[in-house]
Amino acid sequence: MTIKIYVPQDSASLSVGANEVAVEIEQEAHRRNEKITIVRNGSRGLLWLEPLVEVETPDGRVAYGPVEPSDVAGLFDAGFVSGGKHVLGHGLTENIPFLAKQERLTFARVGITSPLSIEDYIDHEGYRGLERAISLGSEGIVAEIGASGLRGRGGAAGRTGKKWQEVRASVSDVKYVVCNADEGDSGTYSDRMIMEGDPFVLIEGMTIAGIGVGAAQGYIYLRSEYPHAFDVLNAAIKIAYEKGYLGNNIRGSGFSFDLEVRRAAGAYICGEQTSLLESLEGKRGLVRYRPPQPAVSGFMGKPTLVNNVISLATVPIILDKGSAYYKDYGMGRSRGTLPIQLTGNVKQGGLIERAFGVTLREIIFEYGLGTKSGRSVRAVQVGGPLGAYIPESQFDVPLDYEKFSDISAVLGHGGIVVFDDTVDMAQQARYAMEFCAIESCGKCTPCRIGSQRGVEVIDKIIANNSRPRQIHLLRDLCTTMIDGSLCAMGGMTPFPVLSALNHFPEDFGAAAGDAKVANL
Amino acid sequence: MTAQQDWDRQAVQKVIEHHQHTPGGLLPVLHGIQDILGYVPDEAVEAIADGLNLSRAEVHGVISFYHYFRTSPPAKHTVHVCRAEACQSMKANDLVVHIKNRLGLDFHEVSESGMFGLEPIYCLGNCSCAPAIMIDRDEIHGRMTEDKFDSLVARLQGEGK
Repeated sequence: MTIKIYVPQDSASLSVGANEVAVEIEQEAHRRNEKITIVRNGSRGLLWLEPLVEVETPDGRVAYGPVEPSDVAGLFDAGFVSGGKHVLGHGLTENIPFLAKQERLTFARVGITSPLSIEDYIDHEGYRGLERAISLGSEGIVAEIGASGLRGRGGAAGRTGKKWQEVRASVSDVKYVVCNADEGDSGTYSDRMIMEGDPFVLIEGMTIAGIGVGAAQGYIYLRSEYPHAFDVLNAAIKIAYEKGYLGNNIRGSGFSFDLEVRRAAGAYICGEQTSLLESLEGKRGLVRYRPPQPAVSGFMGKPTLVNNVISLATVPIILDKGSAYYKDYGMGRSRGTLPIQLTGNVKQGGLIERAFGVTLREIIFEYGLGTKSGRSVRAVQVGGPLGAYIPESQFDVPLDYEKFSDISAVLGHGGIVVFDDTVDMAQQARYAMEFCAIESCGKCTPCRIGSQRGVEVIDKIIANNSRPRQIHLLRDLCTTMIDGSLCAMGGMTPFPVLSALNHFPEDFGAAAGDAKVANL
Repeated sequence: MTAQQDWDRQAVQKVIEHHQHTPGGLLPVLHGIQDILGYVPDEAVEAIADGLNLSRAEVHGVISFYHYFRTSPPAKHTVHVCRAEACQSMKANDLVVHIKNRLGLDFHEVSESGMFGLEPIYCLGNCSCAPAIMIDRDEIHGRMTEDKFDSLVARLQGEGK
């Protein structure tokens, strides 16, 4: 009989040679007359093991990785086609501790199914959420999302149900659903993994959103740095149209929904929802003043729902299993699960979906096993380039929106970047300002000019040029940026800067006493 | 006026016409042109503006706002190096120094032979396999090292012959 071998086609897997491994397995099987079928799945998220090759056996899938093309002949010799032992073997994939200890709801199918097989999707509980959504109707859908406690996973963590209700309540003949797939934060890739590994879940989520808020047109605004996701999404959308899951009168429901992917063009600021809408309209991505909120006047002046990929990809499971099921996960006001991306200088990096409440320490040391360099962990940055640097003394804080806010930090989109003890925190602070200067849209002065001055002031601090005065000036500047910026770009760039200064004053040549401030 | 234009005006016109009625069609037009030509020539701005009923200033403003769009022909191979934090934690700054030396280029430069260009990029979403680089438009490489980069360059140079 034919043996199924899985070789991921996720960008991360491709970046470390998955295509070459797939070709080698195909050729070696041919040479040995072994009957195999190679399935190009998404990634299981065990990224330190990529390329992770899995073989289907009667007991389940057996994992081998990281596999190089030169390992393939040896794997065949060891009988890996029947799950044989090999030095790269890890036993049953499901039992690998990193994966076994997860709560995969949004990522339930990623890495398991073949991304572009709609049959596979349906066999794995796909489109059950849409079916229930159609029976519930618009009001019921929005109520269900509200009751689930889901909050925007893009980073701002606003109540998703409230946003849906506002768009639903806006009276207009035309409304839009826009998916924010401009995942620009360093240390994040969960959106990309969904789009490449389970594109139909996003399509289903957007379709449900369209029915919920009364929109018949959707756009996925996708960053240009994700060429593979672009191809997968377009292929999946084409299939969904062919099978009647997009277009007019979806599966005979009377509802219609059209969907199109639009490419961004390498501007970080376009991840901000109003800047994104400007860009989608074909303009410079300048942040808009609010109000009006996009829910009232969004794309082309029409009511528009803008949600992140993960928020929308979580909609189908909430509709399928009910809001109570989803809400049961989590802690406090952070309900459900967070797809955490453990990245940077870490031994075992990858995608960890867990209910809110898990601590940074557990993630970094029990999943990640510490740094890849083998040195001690000095700091982690959580929540992308606008997120705070967190020292080890705060690693016991649970991942929860409010608990993070209490320590002047953010969870953002769930990215964690690990740094070892060779990191220079003054340089990291400088980079935060430099990044803001490069990516500022330029509309408001605190962000546009403040970031430039920030780089200069930090350079003077590093050069010990009247350091105490410059540190005072830097704090003053950060206050101006926080209070005076139009959006999170200028308003949150001070988070990494001040957290670096407060927690690691020695890197700025300052004594701990100089750095003490009550509030960030 | 400009000298001999060595880009395909007809192809550009076709892209413009295709998106003439697309809501917010300017970015799709610019992408379409850059997909074909590798850049958006300054001389194409007028045709784009005419086709989409925009001013030339508006078109120029959009092209210059976005890092992705370029107004000069790219190298045969453009190396995009990630400069963001996750890659920094894996010594991307040292890798950047090596790559600049190896190619003899600073960021935003194209080699005289036209073989290589060098651009910074801010996150390829490959942060658990850092440091990451991308060659041209879709060839992503993770866990990059100086040695691996040198063999990559050798391979690309070999293909050019």
